[in-house]
Amino acid sequence: MAEKILLYTRFERFWHCTQAILIVLLGITGFEIHGSFHFIGFERAVHLHDDAAWILAGLVVFAIFWHFTTGEWRQYLPARDMIRETVRFYLVGIFRGEPHPFPKSRARKLNPLQRFTYLFLKLILFPLQFVTGFLYLFSNDWPNLGITADLESVALLHTAGAFAFIVFFVVHVYLTTTGKTPLAHIKAILTGWEEADRPPA
Amino acid sequence: MAIESNWCRCTSCHAGYGWKDKTFDFSSEENVDCLVCHDTTGTYEKVLTGCGHPAYESTISEGKTYDPVDLGNIARNVGKTSRATCGACHFFGGGAAGVKHGDLDTSLLAPSKDLDVHMDMQGLNYSCTSCHVTFSHYITGRHYSEPAPKNRRMALPKDDGNRLSCESCHGPSPHRSDDKLNHHTDIVACQSCHIPAFARVNPTVMSWDWSVAGRFDEKGRPFKKKEPPDIGPNYLTRKGELVWAKNVTPTYRWYNGSFHFMRMGERIGDERPVVLSGPNGGPGEPDSRIHPFKIHQGVQPYDPVTMTIGIPKIFGPKGSGAYWSDFNWKASLAAGMMSAGVTFSGEVDFIKTETYWSINHMIPPKEKAVGCASCHARDGLMAEIAGVYIPGRDRSRTLDTAGWTFVALSAGAVSVHGLLRILSRGREKGE
Ligand code: HEC
Ligand code: HEC
Ligand code: HEC
Ligand code: HEC
Ligand code: HEC
Ligand code: HEC
Ligand code: HEM
Repeated sequence: MAEKILLYTRFERFWHCTQAILIVLLGITGFEIHGSFHFIGFERAVHLHDDAAWILAGLVVFAIFWHFTTGEWRQYLPARDMIRETVRFYLVGIFRGEPHPFPKSRARKLNPLQRFTYLFLKLILFPLQFVTGFLYLFSNDWPNLGITADLESVALLHTAGAFAFIVFFVVHVYLTTTGKTPLAHIKAILTGWEEADRPPA
Repeated sequence: MAIESNWCRCTSCHAGYGWKDKTFDFSSEENVDCLVCHDTTGTYEKVLTGCGHPAYESTISEGKTYDPVDLGNIARNVGKTSRATCGACHFFGGGAAGVKHGDLDTSLLAPSKDLDVHMDMQGLNYSCTSCHVTFSHYITGRHYSEPAPKNRRMALPKDDGNRLSCESCHGPSPHRSDDKLNHHTDIVACQSCHIPAFARVNPTVMSWDWSVAGRFDEKGRPFKKKEPPDIGPNYLTRKGELVWAKNVTPTYRWYNGSFHFMRMGERIGDERPVVLSGPNGGPGEPDSRIHPFKIHQGVQPYDPVTMTIGIPKIFGPKGSGAYWSDFNWKASLAAGMMSAGVTFSGEVDFIKTETYWSINHMIPPKEKAVGCASCHARDGLMAEIAGVYIPGRDRSRTLDTAGWTFVALSAGAVSVHGLLRILSRGREKGE
């Protein structure tokens, strides 16, 4: 019988949930600004985008602080083992009804693919989006700040980052359905508890 | 058209008494017509073709009767200039109401707040010189190619009261509700957002085709057509075809405050339409901002051999070559260009021209300012502005195609993966 484990603490759940909402909001308003569709209007999109960006920035500062004080940042260190097994599971095992090869636990809650993806997210994509986003936000003050850049390059990098976020979002949401039951992972990130496939190693 | 050879008509605005030819002495005080600007009775009116003189006795010119002006009464009532006295010339540029500017016409004599927040009769009630502060008769403003004094900040005592620019009263960051608007003011001129349309009350002429002038009715008489009647004439034997418009959205261009002009006798370049006068400036130049303009389209006579714009003689008696008497372009250009000292080959053809008018007046209340999406759109007001990245207008097609392709591929991949999972689960159950 599978046992229930507490996978995500209250802060992590709050953080993840708020971050998800903000990123969806940033994506929608961002592509409205970009002119891809007309939904709430350019003006409101700009203001929502900027407000969401500031809130996200505040949240991320908190999250970084939390990760370092709790030591949880180690969760994202690249794993050396189980990579092959994990890849094989998603390509083959999952269709055969095999259990996930990676035992989730409070101490090791991310499988090697997750570790790799989230590390990429945290070290590359978020910084890219923040740096270009804040450069964009303060483009009017570049001369005072001594920054020489051109808005077009900044905007294009920011747009490229936005596409990467969407791709991540699509795959990420899909993978949440690959738990024991399609909603198992979703329940876990909302409630904190997940039925472990295997007893903790 | 040209001032040379048409002196007596043009000088009814280009001030002075008795400005008949090139020997006129500008520096003589007696020759500066004081009353056009300083009359407060509103009765001082010049005869249109009277070489700058008013009617001293009852006079008929161009079908209009001019009663003699009571110079004694006017002289007792000289005073400060007003919108009416400045407007006596500036509202009628081009020879009739609203022909030239589009943002300066008789609707500004007693404007509502909706038309102009500054000159609003019931509100600020500014006169022209509230902004065009005048010292020792130097009226601040652009003078031909010399830009108006520009100080994009609050006017201080050291500016000697010079406060023509919007910033001199409002400062460069006048918006309290939205800082994004203030971010624009270094690149987008205030007028670009605050004058969403010009000629909002009276129509203005947008194009003038001289090539079709000189047609006569069945009885061989000059005629006029006015359709619809509330707009100015759209065909006149003497002038050709005019297109009037109301509530016109401006055209936007980079502008550093100075203009370039095609000079008399200057060879026409390769640019079509030929720009007779247009704004200087471009992206990245420190004093250049995006500014609204009216573009007046013309079709006018030129000399296809010497490649110069024709200088017609317009007014004059029959046989003098004056177009409005003889209706013969060759004769008119021969007379006009001789007087101006420009070579004329004898050939006449017509060419399209453009004249730019900068738009600075008719500022409605702030609620009417141009909305963000009018500019931040693929084919918005900024469509022709080069050299700046404008979110919502600009993007990289390659990046967008690549981006959406990746999104589609990932969505496709997870769909296939999901479908396979569902199918495989069905098979397991079936086994
Ligand atoms: C183009 C219009 C114009 C014309 C023509 C003109 N003035 Fe003025 N004048 C002004 C303006 C504008 C002022 C500033 C005060 C105001 O708005 O009335 C002014 C001010 C004055 C003043 C007040 C002192 C000063 O210099 O500020 C006097 C006196 C004066 N004008 C006399 C004359 C005389 C005499 C003539 C004819 C030789 C003349 N003006 C022609 C526009 C004009
Ligand atoms: C007698 C006719 C006449 C009157 C009255 C008159 N102006 Fe002018 N103004 C002109 C003409 C013509 C020009 C074109 C440039 C020139 O000849 O100096 C001009 C040029 C200007 C310019 C410079 C713009 C440009 O196109 O170069 C400004 C600003 C101006 N006038 C403001 C005023 C103001 C303010 C008043 C009222 C105090 C006034 N004018 C009264 C005829 C007049
Ligand atoms: C709210 C301030 C304000 C008022 C009031 C005002 N103007 Fe102006 N005007 C401007 C500004 C600003 C410019 C642009 C100057 C420049 O070229 O940089 C301008 C430009 C002009 C020009 C030159 C247009 C051109 O083609 O460059 C004329 C002529 C003129 N004004 C006449 C008038 C007359 C006549 C009145 C009164 C009926 C008037 N102005 C009232 C602010 C004002
Ligand atoms: C990008 C467009 C844009 C530009 C450029 C712009 N404005 Fe505005 N302005 C607006 C809009 C929209 C509003 C109404 C929104 C608001 O109340 O702030 C406004 C409002 C104002 C108000 C009323 C502010 C208040 O709080 O009552 C003033 C005054 C004003 N603008 C002056 C200027 C001046 C002066 C400049 C040039 C330095 C300028 N604007 C440039 C769009 C613009
Ligand atoms: C000579 C000083 C002066 C100049 C120059 C001037 N303004 Fe104003 N403007 C005012 C004053 C005074 C008000 C009224 C402020 C108020 O009601 O709070 C005003 C009000 C406004 C408003 C707000 C109207 C509203 O709906 O409340 C706008 C917009 C505006 N000006 C735009 C401009 C622009 C654009 C220019 C340049 C073409 C300009 N102003 C030049 C003095 C000036
Ligand atoms: C008259 C046209 C016009 C209007 C109206 C306009 N913009 Fe802009 N906007 C521009 C131009 C031109 C640029 C590029 C200028 C630059 O790089 O600073 C720009 C740049 C921007 C930028 C990117 C650069 C920066 O400084 O952040 C933002 C964001 C923006 N506008 C938001 C807005 C919003 C929000 C509104 C309405 C409240 C608005 N714009 C109204 C013309 C306009
Ligand atoms: C993380 C902090 C972020 C900041 C500070 C930021 C800031 C900005 C700014 C300033 C703009 C210009 C328009 C405006 O002023 O609102 C912008 C545009 C845009 N943003 Fe963001 N953003 C952030 C995150 C995101 C995210 C996460 C996405 C996508 C998921 C995104 C997508 C976009 C897009 C597509 C545009 C339009 C780009 C263009 O067409 O020029 N942004 N962003």
